[in-house]
Amino acid sequence: MADNSSSLLDRSRTIAGPGYNRWLVPPAALAIHLAIGQVYAFSVFKKPLGALISGNVDAPAPTDWSPGQIGWIFSIAIVLLGLSAAIFGKWLERVGPRKAMMAAALCFGGGFLIGSLGIHLHSLVLLYLGYGVLGGIGLGLGYISPVSTLIKWFPDRKGVATGMAIMGFGGGAMIASPLSVALMAHFKSTGTLGVAATFITLGIIYFLFMQFGVWTIRVPADDWAPAGYVPNAEHSALITSGNVSADNAIKTPQFWLLWVVLMTNVTAGIGVLETASPLIQDTFSKAAMGGGKFVTAAAAAGFVGLLSMFNLLGRFFWSSASDKLGRKVTYAIYFALGIALYLLIPTLGHNLQLTLYVVVACVIISMYGGGFATIPAYLSDLFGKYQVGAIHGRLLTAWSTAGVVGPLIVNYLHEGRKAQGFTGASAYQTVFYTMAGLLVVGLLANFAVTAVNEKYFEKGPVTPQGGGH
Amino acid sequence: MNPQPNNFGTPAAESSSTGALVIAWLFVGIPLAWGVSQTFIKALTLFQ
Repeated sequence: MADNSSSLLDRSRTIAGPGYNRWLVPPAALAIHLAIGQVYAFSVFKKPLGALISGNVDAPAPTDWSPGQIGWIFSIAIVLLGLSAAIFGKWLERVGPRKAMMAAALCFGGGFLIGSLGIHLHSLVLLYLGYGVLGGIGLGLGYISPVSTLIKWFPDRKGVATGMAIMGFGGGAMIASPLSVALMAHFKSTGTLGVAATFITLGIIYFLFMQFGVWTIRVPADDWAPAGYVPNAEHSALITSGNVSADNAIKTPQFWLLWVVLMTNVTAGIGVLETASPLIQDTFSKAAMGGGKFVTAAAAAGFVGLLSMFNLLGRFFWSSASDKLGRKVTYAIYFALGIALYLLIPTLGHNLQLTLYVVVACVIISMYGGGFATIPAYLSDLFGKYQVGAIHGRLLTAWSTAGVVGPLIVNYLHEGRKAQGFTGASAYQTVFYTMAGLLVVGLLANFAVTAVNEKYFEKGPVTPQGGGH
Repeated sequence: MNPQPNNFGTPAAESSSTGALVIAWLFVGIPLAWGVSQTFIKALTLFQ
């Protein structure tokens, strides 16, 4: 029995037969990304977790966890996402997507269960280890597990395929947020404000939901290609015909240039996302608007929701557009347009132009999402499809870095301006100008990307099984 | 390593029917659509 279930997870058991419809693969990938995207809805637990002792979210007890302590749960999860993606990427390429997805489901679901125990015992360490460490490993494995498979199935539409999956990561938060709120209300009478029971329920739901991806994912046969597909018909110097291993990829300047590209793009996006609610309330406050209509807390929540939608849409739109525009051009647009919009947005705030302000913020966030979704195809163009999942995993350390550094920069600059007496839009001015500066760095790094030197290419034919050690 | 014989979740001579495609997309599409609709409703408060 054990042998059977083990072998069912092997790469060899996932090779698609003739006539398999490749459009069945994106739903398998989405099942994983929709689940793990929950991490971006973690903020719904912040207030209840900070009031487990008092039982009143508006009046936490002195022994309740502080917002800072709770904030580390999310940070640990994101750092572990990047680290696990980097560490386990080669293993994933070797064992195939099904085993990796199963491991992701076990870690992510298990993280919720251990986290629930931590909530029940009021042990922050257990919560850090459960949701943060174990769940974070599940995030990393789940995030990269379908990427190389999708690229192999859609060599002619890499951006569309990976954009669909990574769009799911953005959509996951949209599902998790209202679902978590509803579950906490349902389990309120069970103690811990319903959070422990909600964690158990979510752990089980997500584990089962991810099983759909585990058992429906297929990899193409080595000699498979889409009907009518001509390899390297794009005639671009940046689309390689060779294959670079993950170990060799990190020796190339191109990998580190893309690391800077992703890190700067994500950091800049976090500048808006991290402060979205207070940003719009402070900028269009009652005092600033005079007798005009100001932005309430409820309207600010609507603004955050709108940004989430553009984050999701951007992932699919920009990544799909990159199939036509080319990856380098697409990133050049992210950076050049981003610089212009980041420089513009403080002025719109000063002039109290709410509608334009919202539109600009939405475009910025669409490019933030687009940056995540376009990077796997960019990597595949430069390094080939051989170990693109593992290379992607290593590049995600840029996301972890941005996830920690971005909010630190934003909070430091904003608090500094406030300490100098600036209020409203003025208090955020340096944040936006600094983000524009970061995007200049990203633009230059993207500009410097050239084709990978052939000395890094694998010699002879490559197979997935031979890829890992 | 050769593919193993047919079994649940294993490579078969799969003729992926339209039905399977519809079910697969509905399985992920319904929760996604629900999440998007909830977010859209929330976003509307910005314009009220």
